[in-house]
Order: sequence, then structure tokens, then C-alpha cells
Amino acid sequence: MKKRIWGFAATAALAALVAVPASAHRQWMLPSATVLSGDDVWVTVDAAVSNDLFYFEHQPLRLDAMKAWAPDGTEATIENKSTGRYRSTFDVHLTQKGTWRIASVADMLMGTYDLGGKTERLPRGTTAANLAERIPAGATNVKTAEANNRNEIFVTVGEPTTTLFKPVGKGIELVPVTHPNDLIAGETATFQFLLDGKPAADLPVTVIPGGIRYRDQLGQVDLKTGADGKVEVNWPEPGLYWLNVTTPQAEGEEGAPPAIARRASYVTTLEVLAP
Amino acid sequence: MQLSTRVLVLGGTAGLGAVLTAPAVAADPKAMDVTINIPQLKVAEYHKPYVAIWVEKAGSAAKTVAVWYDHDMKANEGTKWLRDVRQWWRASGRSMKFPANGITGATRGPGAQKISFTRAQLGATAPGDYVLVIEAAREVGGRELLRIPFTWPAKAGAGGRAAGKTELGAVSVAFR
Repeated sequence: MKKRIWGFAATAALAALVAVPASAHRQWMLPSATVLSGDDVWVTVDAAVSNDLFYFEHQPLRLDAMKAWAPDGTEATIENKSTGRYRSTFDVHLTQKGTWRIASVADMLMGTYDLGGKTERLPRGTTAANLAERIPAGATNVKTAEANNRNEIFVTVGEPTTTLFKPVGKGIELVPVTHPNDLIAGETATFQFLLDGKPAADLPVTVIPGGIRYRDQLGQVDLKTGADGKVEVNWPEPGLYWLNVTTPQAEGEEGAPPAIARRASYVTTLEVLAP
Repeated sequence: MQLSTRVLVLGGTAGLGAVLTAPAVAADPKAMDVTINIPQLKVAEYHKPYVAIWVEKAGSAAKTVAVWYDHDMKANEGTKWLRDVRQWWRASGRSMKFPANGITGATRGPGAQKISFTRAQLGATAPGDYVLVIEAAREVGGRELLRIPFTWPAKAGAGGRAAGKTELGAVSVAFR
């Protein structure tokens, strides 16, 4: 009897139900740069879902929910959107100095209901807003749970700012103790994670360096947030790192659907510069 | 003949005077002369390096004293690559505006490049230990950083030196 931990894999799969028809692959965004200077600054972002980081080789990340915010909090335009076979790509014109957020956030409802003696799953794309219309007449025993998935990156023109880090209080969010655009190999970074606006204690944090294709070992580092939601990350080498935080899920039987329980996941790509 | 002898005597007197007053001058140099050797590189595509020079003091913010970059491109485009001088960018550059008055300068080619700073420019009015940092980053090339510690009050004459291996040659400071 095999047991299986429904951790990130399940969450990713659920996110994929909305984003892409993929299974437990890693979602990621790859900015052309994270630390920028100059007066007329653009960033280009590749976005994909794949096993190897950061190689677009499996599915593009859909851009329907992709948004960008300027350092002063105003929403910016996602320009030159394109979705190809393996990746999506887009540009953001960084017209203000400071730290920008580029994010694809999905707030969904997962769930089941009974109809005609059978248990049915809520269709993909169900949200609190459209739940009523998605449940057929006569359905009983409706069970729902929230699933919040946040995939975001930060890029900074000039000096890093923190105005964009005011938590919205939903899902998993990053609070910069160390600014995510001020990371240097050999220095320890501290991040705080919030779940629904409160410090997220004991959440597993996974950090994987990019460049997987050209090495034998994954190099994954498994960490856990403390009681204050904080986690310290050491960067052995400069480069790009994929960071994922996911609410742990109960064990289920192999092949059984995941339990209807609150889920949240967080993904970001961090660039660590050489000293 | 007479004239030249007089000149010689005068010169000798002036020299003597300089020797006599030298200790007073040495006790209080007013400026630092920096010589930065930019190496001649045999590469197919050569661009003069971006160079940033700044001063660090424990407990104080880094103070940029010079940045050599493509400051005369249209629409200030040369600032796009300032972040490639990456330690300087983090220590100081990212909080500055460009062009920076008295700090911005044109890029310089291979050879011994000289630049001088007053004690005030260096932000070294307070006595103490400082480090002069010189970082060079070259388009389609590499990056190198050198550190030269100095103290103020400084002794007149040659100060510290350091030698680079790739993007910088010998770098030295002198006080006067």
C-alpha cells in the first residue's frame, strides 16, 4: 500500500487545471534581469511550466492572469504578450524607479458535490464569484476549499523599494526581510512568508538552483519556516533559484483524489548575483 | 652666466625651503592622487571599461567619487550598463542620479589614468580608516575590483597600491 504526500505536486496540478493542462511540473517565470539601471528600462519575461529549471520544454504558462505593478502600486501594462508551444513571453516597460512586481495569482475553489448518486468535482476555474452557477440544481453535499496560487517575480530599477510588499492577506505572500532583488552569493537571505496575512509557521520551503539540465544532482534544499514564518536561505553560488512554498497536504491513498482541503502555494524566481 | 648662477642659487634656496617646511606639509595633505592603469587588451571587440571609484568607511554609507561611463549617449542610454559595475551599483550607484555632478566622467582608454580628489570629495574629513575601491566592468569583457586601504590624516607621498589581473592594471594612490 503506497502512500503519497500530496504536497506541491497536487497544488501544481490544481494550478495547472486553471493555467495549463499539465501535471506536476514546475511553474516558473524568468526575467531578462532583476537588477537594472538606466532611464528607459524594459524587462522581458519568459514563463513556462517544465520539469527542468529554467528550460522551456513542456508547456507555456498561460498569461490570462499575468499582471504587473509599478513601485507606487499602480497596475502596469503587460506588453507584447505571446504564447508559443513551450513558453509564453511578455515585456514590462519599467517606467518608475524602484521594485516592480509581476505576478500571476489564481484564487480558486476546489470541491465536490453529489448529484444522482455520484460525487462530481467542481469544474476548473471555479471561484467564490461563480460557485453558485457552477453547482447544478439538485446537487447536495457540496464541499469546497480555497486554493490560492501565487507565482510572482520582482525586478528593481535603481534602489530596491518595499512599497509593493504590503500583504493582501490571501494565500501565501513573501515579506522581504532581505529584499529579493538584493541577493548575493555567500550571504544569507531571510524571507518571511505569510499565509492569509499571518506568519506561516512550519511551511516547507523548497529552493532549487537553475541549470538542472547540465548537472547530475537536483541540488534541492528543503527548508521550513519558523514560528514567525521566517526562513533563512544560503546561496552557495550566484545564479537563478526557484523557490516554492506550499501548504502541506494530508497523505492520501495512491491514486485517490486529494482531499478537499485549504491549499496555497507560492513560487518565485530569485536572482543571486556574484559578490 | 651670472644670471644662471643666481637662478641656481634661488632654486637651491627654494629647495631648501621645501625641505624645511616639508614636515608641516606632510602632516596635512589636502588631496589624493589616484593612478589607474587600464590594460591594453588584445581582443577582437574592445570597449573602454566602465569604472567606478568609491570610498568605504565602517559604519558609513559608501561614497562614490567618480564614475567613468558612456555619459554622452542620447537619452542617457549609457546608464543602462551602470549596474554591471555590480558591487559599486549595490554599495552606492543604485541610490544615485545620473549624470552625477562632479562624479560622472567619460570612459578612459588603456594607459595610466590619473584623477585627484580632495579630502572633502573623499568624504574623509573625519580622521579614521578608509578604503578606496576601484571597480571596472567592460562591455563584452570581464569585471575586476581592487581595494586600497588608507587612513586620514595621511602622510604625504606614495600611499597604498594594488594590482589587477584582468580588467585593471596597477592602481596606486599618493597624498599631497
